[in-house]
Amino acid sequence: MMPRAMRDAFLEKIWQSMERDASLFFVSADFGSPVLDKIRADYPDRFVNVGIAEQNLINVSAGLALEGYTVFAYAIASFITMRCYEQTRVNLALLSEVRPMNVNLIGVGAGYSYAMSGPTHQCYEDITLMRALPNFQLLSPADHITAGQLFTQCVSQSGPKYLRFDAQTLPVLYAEELPDGQAGFHVHRTGRRICLIATGYMVHTALEVAGQLVAAGQSVGVIDLFNLTHCDLDKLEKTLSPYAGLISLEEGFRGRGGLDALLVELTTQRDWGKKLLGLGVEPGYRFELGSRTELHEQVGIGVQSALQRIRDFTRTL
Amino acid sequence: MNPINLHDKAQWVWRETLAIHRHAPETRLASALSAIEVCVALYYGGILRHNPSDPLDEARDRCIISKGHGSICLYPILADLGYFSPDALQHVCEAGSFLGGIPDPIIPGYETVNGSLGHGLGVAAGIALALKTKGSDRHVFVIVGDGELHEGACWEAIMFAAHHHLDNLHLIVDNNRISMLGHTDDIVSHDDLSMRLSAFGWCCDTVDGHDVEAVQTILWQQKSHVVGQPTALIANTLKGRGVPGLENAPLSHILNPKPVVLDELLEKAP
Repeated sequence: MMPRAMRDAFLEKIWQSMERDASLFFVSADFGSPVLDKIRADYPDRFVNVGIAEQNLINVSAGLALEGYTVFAYAIASFITMRCYEQTRVNLALLSEVRPMNVNLIGVGAGYSYAMSGPTHQCYEDITLMRALPNFQLLSPADHITAGQLFTQCVSQSGPKYLRFDAQTLPVLYAEELPDGQAGFHVHRTGRRICLIATGYMVHTALEVAGQLVAAGQSVGVIDLFNLTHCDLDKLEKTLSPYAGLISLEEGFRGRGGLDALLVELTTQRDWGKKLLGLGVEPGYRFELGSRTELHEQVGIGVQSALQRIRDFTRTL
Repeated sequence: MNPINLHDKAQWVWRETLAIHRHAPETRLASALSAIEVCVALYYGGILRHNPSDPLDEARDRCIISKGHGSICLYPILADLGYFSPDALQHVCEAGSFLGGIPDPIIPGYETVNGSLGHGLGVAAGIALALKTKGSDRHVFVIVGDGELHEGACWEAIMFAAHHHLDNLHLIVDNNRISMLGHTDDIVSHDDLSMRLSAFGWCCDTVDGHDVEAVQTILWQQKSHVVGQPTALIANTLKGRGVPGLENAPLSHILNPKPVVLDELLEKAP
């Protein structure tokens, strides 16, 4: 199967559904894609470009949703999460507490996926920020199959959601077996001693790291956690029960409330009694240009950096 | 012909608003006193189609109170119209009450979250666009304060509404020209707001915001004459109107009259 961009797979589902579902409305902050051109051309009455105005993107989307539309709001990830955070808090997270609303924020450019555009376009804070908002679902797929599958969930489940899409086309992970949308996570590899829990692009890194560790004789599990707020915790607990150590991998700042914090919270709240290692971006902003792989090694989440940290961690178990 | 004397009703709301503040000094009195006639014209002047027994009735006109803190004057109006029991007015800002110092959408009749300024107009624009897309002939009114127009998000919405010809959207500016730390002209002036909004493509009128019948007349004209543009009504008002020491005082937003002053005013009020 040929890989596609996550946004193209997701927007294709929207475009395919707009004819039979008149409740779907698409709002862009002057951000496009080839598939979006079809939506603009075929459904001009349910497509609006608010311009480079993310605050208004959220407010207009909230108004449309209050009137019953299922809204997809679309912009670059760092802008749709941070430029308009208070609009999102007040008019989506807070208002959806009392008024039914279905608004799906599509942020493109998770982590370092805009590697050459520098730190304004790179996005290392979104998991922390969006996880902080009650009522929000945070969805972070690792390939276009998962992204496309999330569309059905976005339409059928009310409430605000943030979809964290990679800007690059990533290899296909689910060509044969679809991800378990109900569970919100998918087990790619089962092991005994340590388990790598990754989200988004880092699932690919985790699989590569695990492959090398297994080749060296270790028993390693790998989980793609693509629903960071509403996964099946009982099922996750059972899945993780064989492991002594859990390692989170995220393309976000380490120690700032992201995936690593989620695992700390779950481990303490549910008394899992496991050792944890959080692998994330060393906090700080960098202006150096480089390939994503190079940048990842510089900030501590590349394959080689991860292998070293994991070997050290495994010795403590 | 008005079945209700709007002037008398405005006086009654003024008195009730003072009484609420006497009981709950956490409420923003001065901001609420400037918006009374606008609210009376909307709710008693036949401008808004609304249904107290079904506040979210699809057939209603939508009213977004963006300057939420300054809308305590709406509490007695909504109670009087049957949105909730007038008994609730005795418990504003008490633990367990749904009537807080800043109104929330748990109050029947309030559509959105209002505590943070600069949000209502954009949300109202989205509602207006939705209504047009659905083929609805309902209208959207949104009340903002002039100080609130310092928020950049308001101007994103102002540009958007004009571009999309949202002539079902009606902005009412409670232009009391005072925000928390003084006169808006001394902070960041929006002198001649009507000219500014007109330049952005809005159809604007200006009115004495305490002349309730004039407010009613212009709102009705704006609602009736669809011209392909959103409309704005600049209601020139006085913050803290009618309360000595508060009226038009630069710091009226954060001043609370002494209880004895309120008691005297309530005793003398018609």
